[in-house]
Amino acid sequence: MIENRPLLTIFSHLMLILGVVMIAFPIWITFVAATHTDIRMTQIPLPLLPGGHFFENLDLALNKGLSGQSGQGVTRMLWNSLVMAMMISVGKIAISLLSAFAVVYFRFPFRMFFFWMIFITLMLPVEVRILPTYEVVANLGMLDTYWGLSIPLIASATATFMFRQVFLTIPDELLEAARIDGASPMRFFWDILIPMSRTNIAALFVILFIYGWNQYLWPLLITSDNDMYTVVMGIKQMLEAAEQAPEWNVIMMTALLAMIPPVCVVVFMQTLFVKGLTETEK
Amino acid sequence: MLKNVHFGPSVLPFLLVAPQIIVTIIFFIWPAGQALYQSLLIQDAFGLKTEFVWLENFGILFSEEQYRNSFGRTVVFSSLVAILSMSFALILAVLADRVIKGAGTYRTFLIWPYAVAPVTAGALWVFMFDPTLGIVTYGLSAMGYDWNHKLNGGEAMALVVMAAAWKQVAYNFLFFLAGLQSIPKSLIEAAAIDGAGPVRRFRDIIFPLLSPTTFFLLVINIVYAFFDTFGIVHVMTAGGPAGATNILVYKVFSDGFVGLDLGGSAAQSVILMIIVIGLTVVQFKYVEKKVAY
Repeated sequence: MIENRPLLTIFSHLMLILGVVMIAFPIWITFVAATHTDIRMTQIPLPLLPGGHFFENLDLALNKGLSGQSGQGVTRMLWNSLVMAMMISVGKIAISLLSAFAVVYFRFPFRMFFFWMIFITLMLPVEVRILPTYEVVANLGMLDTYWGLSIPLIASATATFMFRQVFLTIPDELLEAARIDGASPMRFFWDILIPMSRTNIAALFVILFIYGWNQYLWPLLITSDNDMYTVVMGIKQMLEAAEQAPEWNVIMMTALLAMIPPVCVVVFMQTLFVKGLTETEK
Repeated sequence: MLKNVHFGPSVLPFLLVAPQIIVTIIFFIWPAGQALYQSLLIQDAFGLKTEFVWLENFGILFSEEQYRNSFGRTVVFSSLVAILSMSFALILAVLADRVIKGAGTYRTFLIWPYAVAPVTAGALWVFMFDPTLGIVTYGLSAMGYDWNHKLNGGEAMALVVMAAAWKQVAYNFLFFLAGLQSIPKSLIEAAAIDGAGPVRRFRDIIFPLLSPTTFFLLVINIVYAFFDTFGIVHVMTAGGPAGATNILVYKVFSDGFVGLDLGGSAAQSVILMIIVIGLTVVQFKYVEKKVAY
């Protein structure tokens, strides 16, 4: 505190609370909509306070879906999202750890060439190569599979850079000691490098889980089978149906279900999340 | 870059980089090369004949009014998103940096929109602003304003900007707060002793010292608005009404996947690629070393 200005402090708190209210308002409205019946959700004005139908709507969303549709809930979609998010985050971490290890601890031909090749992926987001990537995946027969959903997204320049940075800060003496003790490179990797970068792995996992869970364009392109849809896609599908008969209670319950896992990850692993964010984007 | 102490030569390093490199070649470099190549071809209406036309696709693209409009809209969209979310986040960060009690709680409450998927964010905002049912629409009409983003292009743009900015506030807030906390307190104290009030101190000391963070965030926000907002547009407006929110990432998808115009879509991809490369170069050249935490 530089100086004591009680009025300014009170004003700051008020403004912050206002800011929090503005940020949280859409989420509050979603929660409220998920606790009312479909009939209440067609009466103007819509409620601002929660009703008592939360669990009914939860059951509807998980097991039945919209009444006009085939009667499939979003349970399967939630599962697909989870599998995709886990495969993407674990895959990215695994291959980035390995390539960072190679780049930092080995001298071999084309080392820098490989490094720059990985760097290039930073400049090629899915959005700029939509059609050709789709064709590749189609030719490999990976449409509508978990492999197709995850593998094309697991190359990661940022993760490789981060692990490179981490490995560079690990003292050389550790490698010398390991070599004197006769440890093989992979033994050194498993028993020294991995344990020493545990926090970074966890921080990165938090960021990547959110990234994977929230993927939209890619699953939209390569899945056409209802059983492979992710929950984020389910929301879009339901909104299209809402043009005719809006069942906002179910749609908003689905939206709630779609945001609970990543939001929980952020809130409960806040320290790791902030660490991951500042380290990968720097 | 390389450790002074390292392992001797063997095939192992090749095996270690192999998974990453294989994925990169198959799913990144090869498709990008394809996009480059296809952007130089024109296919006839039946897909029977393809002709190599050099840069004609790009010429066609820029002669289309639709594409030029889309370009302009993307620029407007991304600047609005960047300005709105950054200024909102900066105000909140300055306030949170000031108050001592509860700063952590505020942070917890401000960062969760980061975790919400763009599509989900779009769904929430579309619901609040639904022309017939939406709660905000109701409030606006009580104040005598008729909101209908399905008919009014300006309102559609405003809605997409709000949803996109809302999601990004969390990120900007975290970085601004970190930037503010790294400013030496002695500087601010010195200014306070010289009689500078909070506003003056912000204008003459804090904001200039924050400029590396601001610049870094500007680049990140533009990248975000250019490429990560596909879901928001797709779910909220589908580029409409009358192309009012048809930003470049959305257009490349709808022309390629729905319109099946291979050469044109590839040319659009290549232009997007050039934009990303430009932004990445700016980010690494001018930003990386100057932002310190």
